[in-house]
Amino acid sequence: MKPVDQKAWLLVLPVVLCVAFSAVLPLMTIVNYSVQDIISPDQRVFVGTEWFRSVLRDNDLHEALLRQLVFSLAVLLVEIPLGIALALSMPATGWRASAVLVTVALSLLIPWNVVGTIWQIYGRTDIGLLGVTLTTLGVDYNYTGSSVDAWVTVLVMDVWHWTPLVALLCYAGLRAIPDAYYQAARIDGASRLAVFRYIQLPKLRGVLMIAVLLRFMDSFMIYTEPFVLTGGGPGNATTFLSQYLTQKAVGQFDLGPAAAFSLVYFLIILLLCFVLYNWMQRVGTGERHDG
Amino acid sequence: MAERRFKSRSLFLALYLAFAVLPIYWMLTMSLKTNEEILSTFALWPQNPTLDNYRTIFTDPAWYSGYINSLIYVAINTVLSLLVALPAAYAFSRYSFIGDKHVFFWLLTNRMTPPAVFLLPFFQLYTTLGLMDTHLAVALAHLVFNVPLAVWILEGFMSGVPREIDETAYIDGYSFPRFFVTIFLPLIKAGIGVAAFFCFMFSWVELLLARTLTSVDAKPIVATMTRTVSASGMDWGLLAAAGILTIVPGAVVIWFVRHYIAKGFAMGRV
Repeated sequence: MKPVDQKAWLLVLPVVLCVAFSAVLPLMTIVNYSVQDIISPDQRVFVGTEWFRSVLRDNDLHEALLRQLVFSLAVLLVEIPLGIALALSMPATGWRASAVLVTVALSLLIPWNVVGTIWQIYGRTDIGLLGVTLTTLGVDYNYTGSSVDAWVTVLVMDVWHWTPLVALLCYAGLRAIPDAYYQAARIDGASRLAVFRYIQLPKLRGVLMIAVLLRFMDSFMIYTEPFVLTGGGPGNATTFLSQYLTQKAVGQFDLGPAAAFSLVYFLIILLLCFVLYNWMQRVGTGERHDG
Repeated sequence: MAERRFKSRSLFLALYLAFAVLPIYWMLTMSLKTNEEILSTFALWPQNPTLDNYRTIFTDPAWYSGYINSLIYVAINTVLSLLVALPAAYAFSRYSFIGDKHVFFWLLTNRMTPPAVFLLPFFQLYTTLGLMDTHLAVALAHLVFNVPLAVWILEGFMSGVPREIDETAYIDGYSFPRFFVTIFLPLIKAGIGVAAFFCFMFSWVELLLARTLTSVDAKPIVATMTRTVSASGMDWGLLAAAGILTIVPGAVVIWFVRHYIAKGFAMGRV
């Protein structure tokens, strides 16, 4: 067990101050808006929980939430295993390690609006490499017309954009495993699978937790890329939660309902992350007992 | 057997790298074309390569100052994030104290707020403080999502270092600051490298807050890029060129931290 020492708070205090300064004050403003009807900056009416009730009854919101859940789940199911596999197959030493590391990280560094724009051209069936290749192969592909194609394109774009984040975290985690562990496994004659299951995976628990939570919450708030790529369409196929929220907030200039919506949104992410976090912590400790 | 495994691994890696590089290659070819060529013909490489798009960016102060502004606030933000996150991560990884688990999780909840919603409150807050349109404003605003991330990543790496190392150092008569800087930090180089890169990256690509908090003097490159949409349509070539150039600083950063990421820590050294 870790020793109890309240003086450790002194080390944490700067962080709490930094974050509270920029997070708590704006959050309070939002809470304040969410219970008022703001007709103009000087004219406000207290409306209590009215906005919250209307948000919870909103059918379009339920649909957007469902789409969002399916999308985030797909993101996790693809990106986490792919990222681990990638980290395991990246070379550990030499110039090749450096070259691969830099190449893998490139997609993370492109501003999000540019990512959407590039894929918009890349997927076009007349002038884009992806679109032309698929059409030549005989696939009936059209991301502006077909909901399935649009959804898959947004998912593939997200996989392309963010798998490197998982891979880099896992790669650094793998490099932090001392050689002695591998030597012991070699002496025991452990198989490749056993090494992964009983040495690498438990040691990656910390970084994987960060990777899963980050990918979950960021994909849950995905906005810029699908907005630029598909504009939420065709129909509503790629209208995820934050896009729906922005339509409400910006389109109707309605601060009160938008604030209530964003609080509900925040609470949903918070709840799901909390469940995910506790579940992963339990799985992790269970592993430590039998491992 | 071992050889076959090696081959299938390399094949997987090669396939992924192709998947990763092709869209970027496409952006590169776009940046070397005129708008007419981009929109009219499909060609695997530019037929009449032109550097006009890059010339525009390097000669127009509105464009290149965007890069400088971004670099300034990203650098301030990365340094600040790491400076406050390092001691906090150490506290979380080594001690129990009242509310430790709650504070740890609370930190992460600050990343869970849809940024579009916070624009107005942020605008009001920074206007009141007189920080609007300064690099510091953006650097401080970006702390909201970078500090929690840095604390979480660093805590993970610090927990991997056995506590015996701390105890041995104290018995040897090291003071806390001296132990922390000369012994502990070198052990978690990999974590610091990853954390620094992620702070850089998230601050570099963030658009909404950076655009809201600046107007002229500190306008970032990501905001300048939105100008490529004009009445005459989209300037695809210019946007692609700007996109290629936004990759460069980050690639340099990861080139410098690559050794830290790749090395991990060797227990034998202590």
